[in-house]
Amino acid sequence: MRALGSLVCGFVFGWGLFISGMIRPDKILGFLDVLAIPSGNWDPSLAVVMAAALAVTTVGYALARRRTPVFAAANEWPTQTAIDRSLVGGSILFGIGWGLVGLCPGPALENLASLSPGVIVFLIAMAVGTLAHDVWYARASTPSLTQAKVADG
Amino acid sequence: MTNFAPVSAAIGGALIGLSAVLLMLLNGRIAGVTGVFAGLIDPTSSDRGWRATFVAGMIIAPLSAALLGYTIPIPHMPASLVTVAVAGLLVGFGTRLGNGCTSGHGICGIARLSPRSITATAVFMAAAIVVVALTRHVIGG
Repeated sequence: MRALGSLVCGFVFGWGLFISGMIRPDKILGFLDVLAIPSGNWDPSLAVVMAAALAVTTVGYALARRRTPVFAAANEWPTQTAIDRSLVGGSILFGIGWGLVGLCPGPALENLASLSPGVIVFLIAMAVGTLAHDVWYARASTPSLTQAKVADG
Repeated sequence: MTNFAPVSAAIGGALIGLSAVLLMLLNGRIAGVTGVFAGLIDPTSSDRGWRATFVAGMIIAPLSAALLGYTIPIPHMPASLVTVAVAGLLVGFGTRLGNGCTSGHGICGIARLSPRSITATAVFMAAAIVVVALTRHVIGG
């Protein structure tokens, strides 16, 4: 049932990215191009998408905090609070990659539907980057740190 | 000309939020694609099922839209395949190191008012804005 629940969630998520145009890298880059604001060519769509998503999620999470999930024993809220070098360094690297082509993980996966060669290359590289991190992290860290690695997202 | 379409942006954003809320209400999980993807490809992962169906749902969405007469957009990427590969590596490594991306930090984390996620989102937005400014207006301009 958990698999069915997340299938529905992935489907709704995918429709959200699709309708908002956020699966299109050119829309993302059009938002990130803030130097285009003076000429009127800036695309504020991503800000509207995030505002709407945050409004719904903030209210919905307040509701979710007061109940146990339907298909699981408990809600797994992220527990990490440290603002450390990994968070900032990782976000810088991610931002550079995102700015280079306009794809972040969600839209990249959804764009598999187009079977476009560029997306396939991007996803293979993204998988390699993810696994490379995990191998590096397992070698570099102590067991206690490894256990502390609970995903925010 | 700008592509700005505020109504579809707001509807799409609301659906993304609805998905995040549903995943917490149903499965008790954060809708973060970084964690979903990493847990899916991790050879030691023992919890792949729900992650696989989440990704499947995402891919089915534009295919179902095509059945309704929409066109599936072919992603236009203004860069060579080498740049695309480098970007993919950076996105894969960076999101894993920073523990989240646009969905996990940008939506779910900010909705929880997590200072960690607000910081991460500000940093990756700023880095991406600098890169686009450089590639569009300095190098490519």
